[in-house]
Amino acid sequence: MIQKDKLFYGSGLPYLKMDKLPGYLIVIEGADGSGRSTQITLLKDWLEGRGHAVLDTGLKRSTLVGGTIDEAKRGNLLGKTTLSLLYATDFGDRLENNIIPALEAGFIVLADRYIFTLMARDMVRGARRAWLKEMFGFALIPDIIFYLQVSPDVLLHRAFMQYGHLDYWESGMDLGISPDMFKSFKQYQAMLKDQFDNLAQEYGFITLDGSLETEAVQQRLREEILERIDL
Amino acid sequence: MAMRKVKELGINKTYPGKLFIVEGIDGSGKSTQIYLLKRWLEQQGYTVFFTEWNSSDLVKDATRKAKKKNMLTPTTFSLIHAADFADRYERLIWPHLKAGYIVLADRYIYTAYARDIARGVDPDWVRNIYSFAVKPTAAFYFQVPVEVGVSRILRGRTALKYHEAGMDLGLSNDPVESFKLFQGIIKNQYDAMADKEGFHIIDGTLPIEEQQQQMRAIAKAMLRRYKPPFVTYGRSSANSEEVNDK
Repeated sequence: MIQKDKLFYGSGLPYLKMDKLPGYLIVIEGADGSGRSTQITLLKDWLEGRGHAVLDTGLKRSTLVGGTIDEAKRGNLLGKTTLSLLYATDFGDRLENNIIPALEAGFIVLADRYIFTLMARDMVRGARRAWLKEMFGFALIPDIIFYLQVSPDVLLHRAFMQYGHLDYWESGMDLGISPDMFKSFKQYQAMLKDQFDNLAQEYGFITLDGSLETEAVQQRLREEILERIDL
Repeated sequence: MAMRKVKELGINKTYPGKLFIVEGIDGSGKSTQIYLLKRWLEQQGYTVFFTEWNSSDLVKDATRKAKKKNMLTPTTFSLIHAADFADRYERLIWPHLKAGYIVLADRYIYTAYARDIARGVDPDWVRNIYSFAVKPTAAFYFQVPVEVGVSRILRGRTALKYHEAGMDLGLSNDPVESFKLFQGIIKNQYDAMADKEGFHIIDGTLPIEEQQQQMRAIAKAMLRRYKPPFVTYGRSSANSEEVNDK
């Protein structure tokens, strides 16, 4: 079972008086098309069926700066540090206004992506690792971090199946790797995967093969949760 | 807590331009002084780019909305202001400095240090966030007693805004009282960092002319070997916003 000796990765939220949070924070990370949201929906059903209160929360669902991010991305108007900070603001808002209150109330929080997606995206764009680590030192340490690992090849076909086309940002077109979207997508996703693989080691992710059948992945997720959390 | 090392500002970054910034509590007279410095530089034929705190078009909207709803926590308050600064820095300040212009900033990262630390975030954490910014050529700190700044602000003002008065710190339920206490904390933060950050301290209670003389003398020394960018024809392309003295 999980034993936590500290709540935060770094400097935390020093102005908050918090000693113990009765809830559990479970994070699922993985690229677009790795099956995160499907798995979270199934986990929520399962947990609620067992009588647990569940909050599911994703990136960019905060009301604070979500609109500004969308607007800026449409016009590709922002520098990388600015975008980084806007995403961090958004994450901070979700953390303090949704995640922490839910954990205090004893909920199980299922987070569809967490700081690691933000860190991986920024590092691919040249942000300093030390800068990001220190900035996200205000993030709570989750009880479990799952990483649904999927190869760029599989992601490519899933993107076509799901949307019928490749997305500008998910293809990393802003990086100018290649004017060819297909090439750019594959290279960008490979770069992200490298970053995730590094983060997986450093932050102790539980890596699962996201290319397996939905049911098989769900089965593994449930087993891992039961093994780690006293539900 | 383990000591964390914060990287120096703008490591390994050099620039041919000059960056002059002013800091001080509300009502310290810094905006008047930087405006006069701008006029002086322009009259000598320099192209000057002026920028002020909290003015990125893109981020300003989100900040205003968030403030109105009192949705901000100390951490998100800090991050959203950092985003505003980063936007101005990446698109305006840094390119102008690299191109060799003189940049004047009404408030710089030290405002964030002072306010965010006053709101209770970790000092090293804030300093790390702003570590992408370069150190200014000269930072002028207009030092005034809290009562002087506060009375200048309250004179002819109707009401203080919630965050301006530092109401979110829970210092007092009375906006004026809260404002005084908040400005006092900010002043202490400035005073404490003045030495370490190499501020040029200017006594903000002196006559305006005298303060300006001191400022110009320092700026003049800093510009001794400065070569403005060579512009072949037409008007300069550097934008200059009007000083909006509140």
